Amino acid sequence: MLETLHNLYLGFSVALAPTVFLYAVVGCVIGTLVGVLPGVGPLAGISLLLPASFGMDATSAIVLLAGIYYGAMYGGSTTSILMRIPGEAASVMTCIDGYAMTRNGRAGPALAIAAVGSYIAGTVSVVALMLLAPPLANFALRFGPPEYCALLLLGLLALAYMSGGSILKALAMAALGLLLGMIGIDPMTGFFRFAYGVVELGDGIGVVPVAVGLFGLSEILLTAGEEAPPEIKKPRLADLLPSRQEWRDSAWPIGRGTVLGFLIGIVPGSAHIISSFVSYAVERRISKHPERFGHGAIEGVAGPESANNSATSGAFVPMLALGVPSGPIPAVMLAALMVHGISPGPLLIQQQPELFWGFIASMYVGNVVLLILNLPLVGVFVNILRVPYPFLYPAILIFCVLGVYAVNGSVVDVWIMIAMGALGYILRKLDFETAPIVLGVVLAPMLEMSFRQSLAMSAGNYTIFFSRPIAASMLAAGACLLLLSLLPLLRRGADWRGALGLATSDDKEDIHET
Amino acid sequence: MATKDRIAGAALALFALFVLSESRKLPLGTIRHPGPSFMPVLLAALLLVFAVLIAATGGRAERFRSLRWRELPHAAAILGACAFSALALERLGYRITVLVVVFLLVKLVEKKSWLATALVALALSFGSFYLFYTLLRVPLPLGPWGI
Repeated sequence: MLETLHNLYLGFSVALAPTVFLYAVVGCVIGTLVGVLPGVGPLAGISLLLPASFGMDATSAIVLLAGIYYGAMYGGSTTSILMRIPGEAASVMTCIDGYAMTRNGRAGPALAIAAVGSYIAGTVSVVALMLLAPPLANFALRFGPPEYCALLLLGLLALAYMSGGSILKALAMAALGLLLGMIGIDPMTGFFRFAYGVVELGDGIGVVPVAVGLFGLSEILLTAGEEAPPEIKKPRLADLLPSRQEWRDSAWPIGRGTVLGFLIGIVPGSAHIISSFVSYAVERRISKHPERFGHGAIEGVAGPESANNSATSGAFVPMLALGVPSGPIPAVMLAALMVHGISPGPLLIQQQPELFWGFIASMYVGNVVLLILNLPLVGVFVNILRVPYPFLYPAILIFCVLGVYAVNGSVVDVWIMIAMGALGYILRKLDFETAPIVLGVVLAPMLEMSFRQSLAMSAGNYTIFFSRPIAASMLAAGACLLLLSLLPLLRRGADWRGALGLATSDDKEDIHET
Repeated sequence: MATKDRIAGAALALFALFVLSESRKLPLGTIRHPGPSFMPVLLAALLLVFAVLIAATGGRAERFRSLRWRELPHAAAILGACAFSALALERLGYRITVLVVVFLLVKLVEKKSWLATALVALALSFGSFYLFYTLLRVPLPLGPWGI
């Protein structure tokens, strides 16, 4: 414990250095803007700033990018509550009761609870990250290729299991993503696979063009043609204070959302999105008055908002401790670290203590900055949405193209983004989730390498995956998830997600359309 | 009946078959010593199974014809503008490309006034170039005459 406090002191001395602190504040401001703007998720925002971070030192770069990530979680709630526009996907659930509260004249308390819940969840989850990452990294030193292979498989199955829609569709999307990740030079034999003479594809398809295309561009394509911006209700600062009853009603949902979000965040997948769905479902399930949900229940704001912030910290655990990204956003951040010659993994904490603890401390600082930014300045950020969409989306589009091009200075990446945008548009029209594709692209090279290394270790004997306890346990957990998710399909009955009241992709579409 | 799931399942199955056919150009290896096409074949086979299951169980899904495509003309124009940007970026340079793309979208697609179009195009083109190229030192392509 004393060692942790000493390390934290070291972290704060890094995070409060003027340059690093400035980048944390800039990241939070950009993140809030990114969260407010529909169509620009945290991934597009991070991708855009990725090339700019190449000139910084590694600590400043990761602090800036992380600031954008959790800043977007705060910003996304503002437009969900005031306008029923989820600035980014994790805020979809906040739209339901947050906007109902706005219509009931309680927009201020909804914003305040969302910000306070986000702050508490953000801070508590950073403590959990701080305590969990070092022992997990020590544990991960025992991992060999079979364990990594099992872990990656478990992650993909967990994502498919937690996805809102059909499990078959999620598995198909994961397989599609893994297939896309096969493009490029085979690292073990040097064969060019599916590159068709395009030299730039030798290194494979980059996660940034795939993710910006599937999330950013497809969102613009789906919302194109929409006219005037919706009415904006701006609360005054004096109206922000929640009543005593509202504080009481929010306390437990914030606590539960924090724990739930962090745990879901550790599991690979679009953690911040899934966590808010699960939190909303849990709150409605255990509420004594579930009929209030959808009509302005503050628990429906407090839970999901806390969960999605907590999940962002959770998502950093496998990234920092194992070197395995739990989703597209940590994957881009991993790429940023690698550009600086740092490879996250079990040895990162020992070899780069300033970076790790500086990053942790900057998250405490960032949460305070965001709380200060989001409550008094809510009106300023919302004003961006007064810009008519016909002027707004060309700007977002230009930033998408710029961000994708600047990563490698390659037009091929822009073409990949366009293809992925069109694919994402069609898939979303057909009710497919696109998150498993991105994760598949990220995990494919690691999965294949660990699979083939394992077989090389065992001279082609597949029992290596079952004879090692850690790998066998993870594979067993993955098999359980697969069975659990296929069970309702076999029974042709309602699955547990329906029973929990988790929204399907159809529900999300409804919210987008409203 | 052609439902959304059946159409999607059929399209995914076709893609999986295409990958299986293309994988034949690479060595497969053996089960014990997988070659470069082993994993793609395995994944394409899995995708084929999932696609067939999606199509088979998709009889009760929404009908494909009920899909509304109101935004399609806009979406096609945006994709066209993106394609132009990919073609022009390294030939015309960043600023001219952005000027043309914004003009295409704001004036021709959204039919806004000349003044508004000019202001938005100039601000986005030169403003974003100044921010990213000059201040943040992100390398962006320059066009003829260094513009």
